[in-house]
Amino acid sequence: MGMTITEKILAAHAGTAKVEPGEIISVGLDVVLANDITAAVAIPELKKMGFTNVFDNTKVVFVMDHFVPNSDVKAAMQCKIGRDFARACKLEHFYDAGTMGIEHVLLPEKGLVLPGDVIIGGDSHTCTYGALGAFSTGVGSTDLAAGMARGQLWFKVPASIKFIYKGKLPVFVSGKDLILFTIGRIGVDGALYKAMEFTGEVVEELSVDSRFTMCNMAVEAGAKNGIIAPDKKIEGFVKNRARRPYRFFNSDPDALYEETYEFDISELEPQVAFPHLPSNTKNVSEADNILIDQVVIGSCTNGRMEDLRVAADILKGRKIHPYVRVIVIPATQDIYLQAIQEGLIEIFIQAGAAVSTPTCGPCFGGHMGVLAAGERCVSTTNRNFVGRMGHQTSEVYLAGPAVAAASALKGRIADPREVV
Amino acid sequence: MSGRAYVFGDNVDTDLIVPGRFLTLSTPEELAGVCMAGLDAGFASRLRQGDVFVAGRNFGCGSSREHAPISIKAAGICCVIAVSFARIFYRNAINIGLPVLESKSAARSIREGDEIAVELQEGRIINLTQEETYTFTPFPGFIMDIIREGGLVNYLKNRSTDRGGN
Ligand code: SF4
Repeated sequence: MGMTITEKILAAHAGTAKVEPGEIISVGLDVVLANDITAAVAIPELKKMGFTNVFDNTKVVFVMDHFVPNSDVKAAMQCKIGRDFARACKLEHFYDAGTMGIEHVLLPEKGLVLPGDVIIGGDSHTCTYGALGAFSTGVGSTDLAAGMARGQLWFKVPASIKFIYKGKLPVFVSGKDLILFTIGRIGVDGALYKAMEFTGEVVEELSVDSRFTMCNMAVEAGAKNGIIAPDKKIEGFVKNRARRPYRFFNSDPDALYEETYEFDISELEPQVAFPHLPSNTKNVSEADNILIDQVVIGSCTNGRMEDLRVAADILKGRKIHPYVRVIVIPATQDIYLQAIQEGLIEIFIQAGAAVSTPTCGPCFGGHMGVLAAGERCVSTTNRNFVGRMGHQTSEVYLAGPAVAAASALKGRIADPREVV
Repeated sequence: MSGRAYVFGDNVDTDLIVPGRFLTLSTPEELAGVCMAGLDAGFASRLRQGDVFVAGRNFGCGSSREHAPISIKAAGICCVIAVSFARIFYRNAINIGLPVLESKSAARSIREGDEIAVELQEGRIINLTQEETYTFTPFPGFIMDIIREGGLVNYLKNRSTDRGGN
């Protein structure tokens, strides 16, 4: 019996030829990631465990991105815990305001996470790096502390679910629409504890950016990791970024899957996840005159170049609805700069959008665009839980950048096909 | 351990347990006061030591914030019973010594306010109000030890010659 890509990566890091779903193994970690929020809890725990340093100052990466630039004194004090520790341990990869980006966009961009790696992060969307063909998963702060201290962590090998996407991507349909559609089909616990493996001709055609978007939201179906077999596109993405060797793994043809789903997406419409679950997905045409107050374009899900280009194409030469606030947040400094050079930032500003330095900000209701009671936001982020972006009675509708930009113009949830 | 039951539905997410705006808090003392603040700001103040949370499927989904189980434990909740748990929450809860029990029959039968006693070793949940008993698979030995000793940090500290425990 063959193995899946997830099983192969885990076996290689456990120093064994074969692993099976359900088996508990201890694996070596290539990268351990923490952000300002989770580092602040993990650092005291690491000290309580009796450690004063990290296992390897080149493999522990800190990104101050959630409440950064600091939103208030408490946030500043919290970040200081991470900043002081990073300095004391001489972390080689420490990113703060001015160099930082949203962690899950920044790490691949800097070549810090690579195909074949095992990565843990104190953030649930650490699963994003599966797009490179890595095993990557989110953990809490105690596991994070143990991982930072020892460079090892135990895992139960997950069973895999295979998703096959067939057909041809319709216009304005992107990785975000595929993953929203998928979560809508299987539910927010449809892949609980499992590996989601995305395959098929549509995935092969997908851009690297859209692949990140898909793997990013695997956790929204409860998955341990999302993963896509690496190919030429991934080789192109990593070859000039990597500063250490990496390895491509592939699932065997006779690998065992717990379930297989096959979707023909040739007729798929842009998708919108209505409040208050990412699985509450509908076709954009079903959104019947839903008036909105805010649009957010950014986050670790959709703050990449492709997303900004799609949004700018729609907003170019047009004006945002007068009673809608649009906040555009390029996910990293490099993306921000590239967007300036391509003229996208000018398009956003002329259309009437606020453009911000990279930050998680509004995505988790932290700062930079928190919603008031009863307000509605169309957001390219990944969660629309009750109160996620602010007041408990506010509402978040999740969509891709095309729907977000079209909605910004119309002042209601709009189909991009209506405005161009 | 025993206490009153608070009953929730499916997919209770960590934003509901500790909303993002409170994530500049990080100590158990601070987090105790905001437990379930996404549902009701005054919720934590009504909790008593030993009370039990009961929920449906996928409890603790969403963010990896360990703040969520820390706040539940610090608010005095002695265990969470659910049909199923989100993966990261489950692991976090064990790591901080908060028992998380999967029992469909308990989760479906217990009503708000029922008096609940839990026998962790035996794998029994006793509903004193409805006079029913439900079972769950008891934790393996090392997990029981982690819970008994208040979490993975203490567990590792208590075995300082054996830091390979995680
Ligand atoms: S952008 Fe949102 S989902 Fe992504 S890491 Fe930041 S807070 Fe989390």
